[in-house]
Amino acid sequence: MTVSPIDRVAAKTPSGVARRIKGFSDRTIAWIFVAPTVFLLLAVNIFPLIWTIRLSFTNFRVNRPNNDVEWVGLRNYQRILTDPDVWNTMQATAHFLIWTITLQVLIGFILAFLINKKFKGNDMWTTIIVFPMMLSPAVVGNFWTFLYQPQIGLFNYVIAFFTGADPASFSMIGDVHLAPWAIVIADTWMWTPFVMLICLAGLRSIPDSIYEAAECDRASKWRQFWTITIPMALPFLMLAVLFRGIENFKMFDLVVQLTGGGPGNTTTLTSIDLKREAFEKWRTGYSSAYAVILFVTVFGLASIYVKALNKVKER
Amino acid sequence: MSFSATEPTRGTKWFAGIAVVLYAIITLIPLLWIVATGFKSPADSISYPPVVVFEPSLEGYVNLFTARTRATEDMLEAAGPAVTWYDKITRNRGTIISGPSRYGERFMNSIIIGFGSTLLCMILGTAAAYAFSRFKVPLKDDLLFFILSTRMMPPIAVAIPIFLMFRNLGLNDTHLGMILLYTAVNLSLSVWLLKGFIDEIPIEYEEAALIDGYTRFQAFYKVVLPQAATGIASTAIFCLIFAWNEYAFAVLLTSGTAQTAPPFIPTIIGTSGKDWPAVAAGATIFLVPVMVFTILLRKHLLRGITFGAVRK
Repeated sequence: MTVSPIDRVAAKTPSGVARRIKGFSDRTIAWIFVAPTVFLLLAVNIFPLIWTIRLSFTNFRVNRPNNDVEWVGLRNYQRILTDPDVWNTMQATAHFLIWTITLQVLIGFILAFLINKKFKGNDMWTTIIVFPMMLSPAVVGNFWTFLYQPQIGLFNYVIAFFTGADPASFSMIGDVHLAPWAIVIADTWMWTPFVMLICLAGLRSIPDSIYEAAECDRASKWRQFWTITIPMALPFLMLAVLFRGIENFKMFDLVVQLTGGGPGNTTTLTSIDLKREAFEKWRTGYSSAYAVILFVTVFGLASIYVKALNKVKER
Repeated sequence: MSFSATEPTRGTKWFAGIAVVLYAIITLIPLLWIVATGFKSPADSISYPPVVVFEPSLEGYVNLFTARTRATEDMLEAAGPAVTWYDKITRNRGTIISGPSRYGERFMNSIIIGFGSTLLCMILGTAAAYAFSRFKVPLKDDLLFFILSTRMMPPIAVAIPIFLMFRNLGLNDTHLGMILLYTAVNLSLSVWLLKGFIDEIPIEYEEAALIDGYTRFQAFYKVVLPQAATGIASTAIFCLIFAWNEYAFAVLLTSGTAQTAPPFIPTIIGTSGKDWPAVAAGATIFLVPVMVFTILLRKHLLRGITFGAVRK
């Protein structure tokens, strides 16, 4: 058992002094300090979650409060898991997740690697690169629709300039095949700096002495990269993937402003689909079940992943 | 020049520097485009090819802050000559200013809700973080994990019952409701970050204070708080930025009185189609403060975005 320094001091303090330390006991203070936070989180997070779980077994609809609420058991869950549309949105989400994470890890790591070469002014440029991720995704996403406009959009103009295609001939957010890539590009633009910052911390955590030892052993730079840099930065990379995975699984604001889930259902990520079911079709019971499924998925995947991450860290 | 096996060569530095600067410039273009579009006239904003050099115009900003009605010749004459510079801009387009737009209100809402929730979040978060850092709290690790896990929930997933709950409590579309909600959302961040900052303050300071006869509360606010000031300030900025940028809850739970700027800016439209200069002007005013805060935060950025998991 660990003894905190406070206890040690308390044990050493003569009882006369101890009695003079007035006020509440530490235990009481701890509760006074923690209780409001726990209470607010219970009220705004856990209570709604339990309510969601309860609603998910009913056919309740918010817009018809006078209808009888029936207990339907697992029917909502069954309907969701057998609905091909839901599987389509899952596929769209998977496409979005896989590509954004791949691109961000790749570009983010290369950037971090380059910044770690400590050229003059690297701090300033790091701060500049970080700007996009600090901004409001909804406001920025909305502006990306302007960049993506056929004919007048800057993005189309630049692509046309380099490829010679007609800038009016393609529409990033109007085309079924291009729209999934439009959201991947915008998200990568926005969140690559996040991965970069974490990778940079990983690279800076590697002590110089290891490289010096490798240099003495005449290990080539290439070999040093694969046997020192990558393994030692791996826990950081995995952490970056975890954060981006959770965040992009929840993705709503950027994409809903950019494409609104269209054209068709090609960019309808799960959060967007859930919003439609819950707040446009008002199928409250059904969407509650949907929410529970999403939450269990993200929580389950994250737990498995954290276990793997800890294994890598232990090595 | 001292030789070191690990110091990159000059050539490497040059190459790395140029590559990073190039990336930075490319990544900045969309942001610069927002700022530039805000100062373009409507014609310039949608011209082909896109113009980089243009005559700056404040029409976007005027349109952002005003509501206008299309006026006939008679109405223009009846209104008399334009007095102010912004009147002149709208008269040139054949419109008359009929009043202020809602942007000012929405921006104020963002400020009230952002600062309100940040303040509340810092009060609750500092206290909880101190307790977690210094005391034996029963189930400490479970509680800390529970606090973090609240962040994993997709906002839309909890929005349904929160919507119902707020409706029953009369909190829908109110400042208080949004402040409480954003406080709860940001508590996980503030508790985890602040616990890290307080952990770094040597416990000996407080022990000395306690032996000198301070009570726990006195030791907390006279010794720990000043020591943690930088940490508290940077955590507060993070909370402020997250509340400032939040969109999902804002668009679902607010419509009129408490709507913040993010759901409002995309809805700005002009008399004929989307008024991009006005949208860009609104976005510029909304985004620039965050950029300034990012520069202030640069030393603690990494800690903030990883909830204190990576400290450097």
